[in-house]
Amino acid sequence: MKLAEIIGTLNLRIFTPGIVGFEDVEIKGGYVSDLLSDVIASLAKGDIWITIQKHFNIVAVAKLKDAGAILITKGFEPDKNTIDKANEEGVILLGTELGTFEITGKLYNLLKYGESK
Amino acid sequence: MDEQKLRLVYRVKPMDLASAGSVSSQIKVELQRSGIEDDVVRRVGIICFEAEMNMILYSVGGKLKVEVNSDKVEIFAEDEGPGIEDLNAAMEPGFSTAPPWAQDYGFGAGMGFPNMKLNSDVLEVDSKPGTGTKIRSVVYRRNTDETC
Repeated sequence: MKLAEIIGTLNLRIFTPGIVGFEDVEIKGGYVSDLLSDVIASLAKGDIWITIQKHFNIVAVAKLKDAGAILITKGFEPDKNTIDKANEEGVILLGTELGTFEITGKLYNLLKYGESK
Repeated sequence: MDEQKLRLVYRVKPMDLASAGSVSSQIKVELQRSGIEDDVVRRVGIICFEAEMNMILYSVGGKLKVEVNSDKVEIFAEDEGPGIEDLNAAMEPGFSTAPPWAQDYGFGAGMGFPNMKLNSDVLEVDSKPGTGTKIRSVVYRRNTDETC
């Protein structure tokens, strides 16, 4: 599913709107973890990474693993350094007011059944 | 023939969380630019990232070196101390001595060495308290099936 459809359906915030072509990134799955080494071990290429971490280093981890995007939950906002770094590296940063449990359920249903419920 | 194609050396500074991951990101870009196989780049990137993070979080600083040959990529991570107290424990998944501040940032999952091991064809770690830690990791560019 195209990232644009996911963003629209789940009403996600876009912290890096300047990244060219982000709307067309194809997302097939996701991974949920706040432990960086766990993400490094298990996130698959192109996955959305769902986390409450919002600091600088998440960009390096996402870049290393070719994550489709990072989705920061609970309304947390990355600081300017993190956003700048993400823009520079072409790592898409998204946000939601919802908690990790809720947004993960919605995204799972959206990817699996085509509706977020 | 074991002609060396590429050699990269980077300095890793202690406690420098702000640039954490930048060395391994650069290594990944250099390897991709040199046309190294995707799977090899992925594995070397993970090994370098974990080695870099370990040096930043736990050491007084060190060097990360990558040597690309026609048949393998070798990674050398050498720091100047303080060394690992219990190496067997450090190799165990989940074991960590990360301080609370680092854990708040999602570091210290106790998966650094396990991730390195998982992605290396050969992993040698030499460390003693009081001296530094030396890591040598090898990722073969061919016959990857044999190592899976």
